[in-house]
Amino acid sequence: MLSTNDLRLKSNQYRQNLLRYIKIAGAGHTGGSLSCVDVLNVLYNGILKVSPQTFDNPDRDRFVQSKGHSVEALYVVLADRGFFPESDLLTLCRCGSPYAGHPTRKVRGIEINSGALGHGLPVSVGMAIAAKKSMATYRVFTLLGDGELMEGSNWEAAAIAAHYKLDNLTALIDCNGLQITGRTREVCSTDPLPAKFEAFGWSVREVDGHDIDALRTILGSVPFETGKPSCVIAHTIKGKGVNFMEGVAKWHHGVPNDEQYESAVNQLKREADVLLQKPSTPPLSLSDSERERGGKGVIG
Amino acid sequence: MPNIQQGKPNLDVFCASLMELAAQDRDIFVVTSDSRGSAKLAPFCEKFPDRVVEVGIAEQSLVGVAAGMGSSGKKVFVVSPASFLTARALEQIKADVAYSDIPVVLIGISAGVSYGALGSTHHSLHDIAALRAVNNIDIFVPADNFETREAVRAAAARGRPAYIRLGKRPMPHIHAPETRFSAGEAILVRDGHDGAFIATGETVHKACQAAEILNSENIRCRVVSMHTIRPLDTAAILDAASACGAVITVEEHMVHGGLGEACASALMQAGAAVPFKIAGIPDEYTVTGSQEEIFGHYGLCAAPLADAMRALLKRRGRTAAPQPHQYTVC
Repeated sequence: MLSTNDLRLKSNQYRQNLLRYIKIAGAGHTGGSLSCVDVLNVLYNGILKVSPQTFDNPDRDRFVQSKGHSVEALYVVLADRGFFPESDLLTLCRCGSPYAGHPTRKVRGIEINSGALGHGLPVSVGMAIAAKKSMATYRVFTLLGDGELMEGSNWEAAAIAAHYKLDNLTALIDCNGLQITGRTREVCSTDPLPAKFEAFGWSVREVDGHDIDALRTILGSVPFETGKPSCVIAHTIKGKGVNFMEGVAKWHHGVPNDEQYESAVNQLKREADVLLQKPSTPPLSLSDSERERGGKGVIG
Repeated sequence: MPNIQQGKPNLDVFCASLMELAAQDRDIFVVTSDSRGSAKLAPFCEKFPDRVVEVGIAEQSLVGVAAGMGSSGKKVFVVSPASFLTARALEQIKADVAYSDIPVVLIGISAGVSYGALGSTHHSLHDIAALRAVNNIDIFVPADNFETREAVRAAAARGRPAYIRLGKRPMPHIHAPETRFSAGEAILVRDGHDGAFIATGETVHKACQAAEILNSENIRCRVVSMHTIRPLDTAAILDAASACGAVITVEEHMVHGGLGEACASALMQAGAAVPFKIAGIPDEYTVTGSQEEIFGHYGLCAAPLADAMRALLKRRGRTAAPQPHQYTVC
């Protein structure tokens, strides 16, 4: 089992990787990918019973990324877990590449095409019902955004999940408080999320979505109650790990320019050095491929 | 069409056909949105209660849940009124079923103007057009009990996204039980060379009646039942135009985006310029009434269709058949 520090280092590397591929592609959803990295890290490195070798096994655990726009985080985690070579991500968002800006089943490890919001929870409910009907033991996890919960289909599905007592289903809310327009509370508040899910018949826990140990404990203890679906509200920071991206809505799908990219990766490298307890590594210098496309950057 | 026998509502046949399949395959499930009564599914629910998933009045999740079950190995038939299924849940049909390539069969019940008197909220005159614009979903529109049974069996066997559009009323038997049915292959109901009706669903019978009227006037019309809108039998369309020289399409659907425009596209792209008319529901605020009354109002019944064919043949300038010639499919 990986240590907490090992997992923190993985999160750090995932953040560097997703920034790299977004930079090369000149496209991607940077802020939301950075906010959900730690949740995906803990899920795929200790919770989910799925691997490249078992992905075709009917009894595998399922993961559905309902907030499909943060697919860059999922891609780097799946690559690290061996579902496909990481170098494939050099084609991210290129014409003809299976690595589109939202998940598709053309990529090994992806259960369902997603991207239109409000779809992942109903689909996950169906997967969980299928498990119950087959007496199968697999579990279903789905990751939603807090802004995404404005879509009414989620609440249809929440009611159905409780009605069918789907304790094999866990909804993870990447609650970063921001959406493309601004603060979720100001756009159209979805508060109070814990009370809403509880009222719909779910068992709810809240957690710091960047606290590896807390995430491990919470995700390792589902279902929270027999006969009820579980909801984990992970409080996160959009743009987590890069100081000028954190909490800034414009980074929802902002792509860093050369200067911003170097600054972001250097911050993450310094964080990695601290985790590794070693002297600082030299600052990043962009390779040709990383300069090849690049973004226009976001001016705060 | 002499001696046409009255059959059952296609919904009854759907239920019986599904029960036949379910008896052989325990992975077959029905997912429904408070529609088991309207869909006449009571016999299925009584025999296979554990294979019915009721999601309540929630069409978006109806389709999403079905896709999730389908992705996990279940062979799911989604049953819901066509008007709501193909409008409210269109994005779920597109993303969760068709785009994700999950083998879910969508059963649109009480389609077209089957719920005639209930008004336009309950009419589905858009569904064929909407689903023709979605990639990767078969579209079946059965005309009678035979086509319904065969469409259900074909959709199950093909193991890919499909939509089957069913009406509410008892339907006359159009085909003999030994008729060959294949998805994407139109059925020639009666032959003729003076004009062709290409019809789909519950209007096929009306086209047959119109052809019978014209037959009494020595005008021999072909009637083609286009039970599958996708994949479309382009060869049958071109052959009808070639052999008959005039084509009327007939459908219980808005004139935009349905069978008629699909046929027009096939003909135009092949360079087959024959006198042509689309008989359907016009682009207007639809009247309410029974299905039969609405058909009458818009000319989707025997006498007006016969009139339309006479007018088309007059436009063509002769009533005799043209010399057959071959068209090339582009």
